[in-house]
Amino acid sequence: MLRRAALSVLGVEPVGPYTLLRLRRGAIRPGVPGQLFMLEAPGRLLPRPMSLCLAPPGELGFLIDPIGPGTRALACLEPGDELGVLGPLGHGFRLDVERPLLVGGGIGIAPLPYLSERLGHPPALVGFRSEWHAEAAALVPRAEVVVEPTLVTERLPEEPWDVLACGPEPMLRALRRLAPSAQLAWEAPMACGYGACYSCAVELDGEWQRLCVEGPVLSGGLR
Amino acid sequence: MAETLRRGAGPERRPPLILNASGCLDALTAPAVARSLDAFVTKTVTPLPRGGNPPVRIAETDVGLLNSIGLANLGIDAFLERQLPRLGELGVPLWVSVGGFAADGYAASCARLEGRPEVEALELNLSCPNVDGAAGTAAEIVLACRRVTAKPLYAKLSAATWDLGETARAVEAAGADGLSLVNTLRGLALDERTLQPRLGTALGGLSGPALRPVALAAVYACARVTTLPIVGMGGVARGRDALALLAAGASRVALGTVLFGDPQAPARIRAELAEEAALLGFRTPAEAVGAAHGREDGRSATLDQRLRSFPQNTCKLGTNEAVDRRS
Ligand SMILES: Cc1cc2nc3c(=O)[nH]c(=O)nc-3n(C[C@H](O)[C@H](O)[C@H](O)COP(=O)(O)OP(=O)(O)OC[C@H]3O[C@@H](n4cnc5c(N)ncnc54)[C@H](O)[C@@H]3O)c2cc1C
Ligand SMILES: Cc1cc2nc3c(=O)[nH]c(=O)nc-3n(C[C@H](O)[C@H](O)[C@H](O)COP(=O)(O)O)c2cc1C
Ligand code: FES
Repeated sequence: MLRRAALSVLGVEPVGPYTLLRLRRGAIRPGVPGQLFMLEAPGRLLPRPMSLCLAPPGELGFLIDPIGPGTRALACLEPGDELGVLGPLGHGFRLDVERPLLVGGGIGIAPLPYLSERLGHPPALVGFRSEWHAEAAALVPRAEVVVEPTLVTERLPEEPWDVLACGPEPMLRALRRLAPSAQLAWEAPMACGYGACYSCAVELDGEWQRLCVEGPVLSGGLR
Repeated sequence: MAETLRRGAGPERRPPLILNASGCLDALTAPAVARSLDAFVTKTVTPLPRGGNPPVRIAETDVGLLNSIGLANLGIDAFLERQLPRLGELGVPLWVSVGGFAADGYAASCARLEGRPEVEALELNLSCPNVDGAAGTAAEIVLACRRVTAKPLYAKLSAATWDLGETARAVEAAGADGLSLVNTLRGLALDERTLQPRLGTALGGLSGPALRPVALAAVYACARVTTLPIVGMGGVARGRDALALLAAGASRVALGTVLFGDPQAPARIRAELAEEAALLGFRTPAEAVGAAHGREDGRSATLDQRLRSFPQNTCKLGTNEAVDRRS
């Protein structure tokens, strides 16, 4: 069942170069970590896909990297503003894992704080482009932080872990080679987020599939 | 023209239907959205399966959306076997959008849909900008399909032809029962930094707000030269956009791009349409069909009366907040 509601902005806070957008939860449920939400971007035609970062009681928090017109419009919201939110959508992380290790890169750490909470704060490994970007690591409990030129894949422990990861595509591809059973949260440009438009098609097991329906979290298999 | 305009004028006028624009909604993943429409138009079905175009498939621009989905679909065999029975269970009148690359391909698909009771009408997609090489003129395709089906046949046309009115007349003569106007227009968006095309196929189809005046012009021009009922679409996002298309001569309105951002748009636009029509002195939205052509007969308020009541209405229509505050 699709659920869309107008939520009011409670706070807009800088976290390094990113923006933490705090919304009153209203009728929208936080869902499973890694699921996606479509956030109305003021003045833009299409909403933008986002993963939930924090879910304190009565609130939904999104961590936004303002890289373009839509994300900048979201980062410019002010307390009291309202925006339409649709979600939760798609498939998030499976939480029935024995030895979870959360891995994130850059803005890809966005879903990790909520995921960490739901899994009882397992260890995490997060990588950033600069010390400034790495300020966001404070949101992830028990996180080991690396900054470029060091990459998270260089610090991945030897023992078998259940890797749950989100980050730039090269990082996800490298992780999949190192940990084939990893659960990885992928991205694709999305117009609707609810399976209507086929804009988010990715090749899965030799077939085009909609990432917003089959994913965004997938276990192996992508392309 | 006289007959078109007369058709809108009688007391028997039915409320305009709100449909989704073909290809803009997968009803099986969003059944609640499909059920909120008066009729559901499928994604275009082609004779053979198509995976669709390589990513990136969408790019938002400041004035509209570019897409290059590329008619991704299962092909007519799998559609009839796997999708149509499930679509039929939705309980919404079903139109099937038919595509192809030559008249015989279109006709073959129509023939196979002819015996299917789930299908209320057929829409011939004569205008997809994301597929190369649609052969045969629009009228030839309509003629070939007309021979094999008694179901209502709608010709979906692009506004990008040298004379749309001419095409409309030709498909009417070939036996079309209605027109769907308009499909997307070809467009290109470049990445600001790299100046490379943002879509995987470079060129794509432009939809959304940018199409509004184009769609209005197409509907207006066709309403003047044919008697066919028209499904108007292109950038409808609010009740007033739908009302404008009705005034230009459409009797039904289809929603596309707006559904991506707001799956609840059909109910909202239906309510807004009724409200905006009432504000302008129309008893029902259907009464506004053809109003832009200066037709005044059979209407509950005359143009004079409506113009007199207009200044107060300006604020309500959201066009002038300053006036609202002053009064
Ligand atoms: C499931 C999912 C979850 C996401 N979660 C978050 C999140 O929590 N926080 C966050 O800041 N961002 C997240 N994103 C990414 C975010 O949606 C995009 O950055 C945003 O849509 C860009 O819009 P824009 O108008 O700001 O920039 P645009 O002008 O649209 O894009 C700027 C540049 O980024 C590229 N781009 C745009 N969208 C994507 C995309 N989805 N994937 C890869 N490249 C893209 C464009 O091609 C362009 O080069 C998520 C994306 C997905 C699919
Ligand atoms: C993502 C997308 C897919 C579309 N697929 C089809 C299609 O399969 N067949 C078709 O006839 N038109 C297709 N169209 C065109 C729409 O039906 C419609 O004519 C056009 O988008 C204008 O309406 P809008 O501005 O409300 O979106 C598609 C449009 C979009 C945006
Ligand atoms: S974003 Fe529309 S189908 Fe996935």
